[in-house]
Amino acid sequence: MLLSFLAVAGALVLILGTVLIKGLPALNWQMVTQTSKGGYYLGKEGGILNAIIGSLYLAGGGTLLALVFSLPIALYLETYVIKSSWGSTVRLALDVLWGIPSIVYGAFGFTLMLSLGLRASLLGGIIALALLELPIMTRAMDEVIRLMPAALKQASLALGSTQLETAIHVVTRQMLPGILTAVLLAFGRGIGDAASVLFTAGYTDRIPTSLMRPVASLPLAVFFQLGTPFPEVQQRAYASALILTVIVLAISLGSRWASGQVGRYSVK
Amino acid sequence: MEPHIKTRNLNAYYNDHQALKDINLDIPKQQITVIMGPSGCGKTTLLKSLNRFLELTDGTRITGEVLIDNANVYTGEVDVTEIRKKAGLLAQRPYPLPMSIYDNVAYGMRIHGMQKGRNLEAAVQHYLEVAGLWDEVKDRLHAPATGLSIGQQQRLCLARGLAVEPEILLGDEPTSALDPISAQHIEGRLHDLKEKYTTVLVTHILRQAKRLAGYVIFMYLGEVVEAGPAHEIFERPKEARTRAYLEGQI
Repeated sequence: MLLSFLAVAGALVLILGTVLIKGLPALNWQMVTQTSKGGYYLGKEGGILNAIIGSLYLAGGGTLLALVFSLPIALYLETYVIKSSWGSTVRLALDVLWGIPSIVYGAFGFTLMLSLGLRASLLGGIIALALLELPIMTRAMDEVIRLMPAALKQASLALGSTQLETAIHVVTRQMLPGILTAVLLAFGRGIGDAASVLFTAGYTDRIPTSLMRPVASLPLAVFFQLGTPFPEVQQRAYASALILTVIVLAISLGSRWASGQVGRYSVK
Repeated sequence: MEPHIKTRNLNAYYNDHQALKDINLDIPKQQITVIMGPSGCGKTTLLKSLNRFLELTDGTRITGEVLIDNANVYTGEVDVTEIRKKAGLLAQRPYPLPMSIYDNVAYGMRIHGMQKGRNLEAAVQHYLEVAGLWDEVKDRLHAPATGLSIGQQQRLCLARGLAVEPEILLGDEPTSALDPISAQHIEGRLHDLKEKYTTVLVTHILRQAKRLAGYVIFMYLGEVVEAGPAHEIFERPKEARTRAYLEGQI
């Protein structure tokens, strides 16, 4: 018990410690408020605002796109194919998709883009991330909806409400915290992923103005900066990693708080 | 007196299993009718066929008629939500809706557009009082309903059910999941309300049946063995199976 706690907590402290110690000295206001200028990767002026904004665009878009598909899929799985073998086949497929390494999604997205005649772009990155996030989000929602007690729905129907009123006022309220958690889980996974956006989103020093432009991302910012031979740029890589970690941390804490707020009334 | 609910040749099936066999009953108005019988005899099935709740379970099929105020609830034209509004159900285990105590009671009135503004507030208070819960919750109306004890939750479910102004109360062993004090509370409420509502109560507690019933239906293996005024059934049962049940043999 104590040993496993120490192992987990130790790993967390080590990782956060490394990022903090190495990244904090290089972190400054300029870094989060300016985009990369020419020569930034040689240790000159600029920041990584382009990567911060780019990552938010990518993960936000990818999550939204995944949500459009995964909520109906999860609802369908729970309403229409609850016990059939078809339902378990779909679940198995989702689990397999969950396990596929993200570089494979990147490669697949790249092939898809080529066949559609797209260049590395925000749109390409969003599609690749949506593919990556879809199984995570769908399976997480599937579990949430499965926990919905049938008797709760019946309690509402017993008062003479329609199926639609029940779905809007009771089922959604009951499931909202879980759905929120599923969405933010997928967002967290998406924003931290480097491999799937490597070929699909490209990289640029600018903040994209259209879906068809390439876009920078934080994981790749870390990757490129760490790959340079200059110590001060490598330090900035740790600072970028720190920013990414803070964003993910803020999202996961925020999601806990938000789902606690909307989940206050949920029937356990 | 004209019966409030009638069943005519009512049969119910779960897939291939016949759970109700040719039920013909006249349930009197504004008194408590108790459905008794050993487990699995079809008590709950009969109860849930009265407000068309049975059809929410997969694989069920119903033939025959259930007439409330002489109108068959199993015809195409009938609005099923109207029937369920008219005949409220108190389940075995209370399930508060995922909202505040206040909203639980207001929910039904809101969806049926019955009360608004200050009237709604007054109505919520009224029904919480009728259910005997007001004094315990008046200072935390906007707290989650799930924070109540299970006995309080069941009284909340009663308040919520009464708030949509039903004429009929269906109770599916509503005290069986509660502690003795809470059970007493609910039983007391049902007793107080019996002249206002037509109550149909499923119970396997014989003493409770004797305390509450005005009319008794005894069921065995999906059939109605005997039905009649409570004092007749309890004092002079005609059927051997009823006698055996009352003496605790089945």
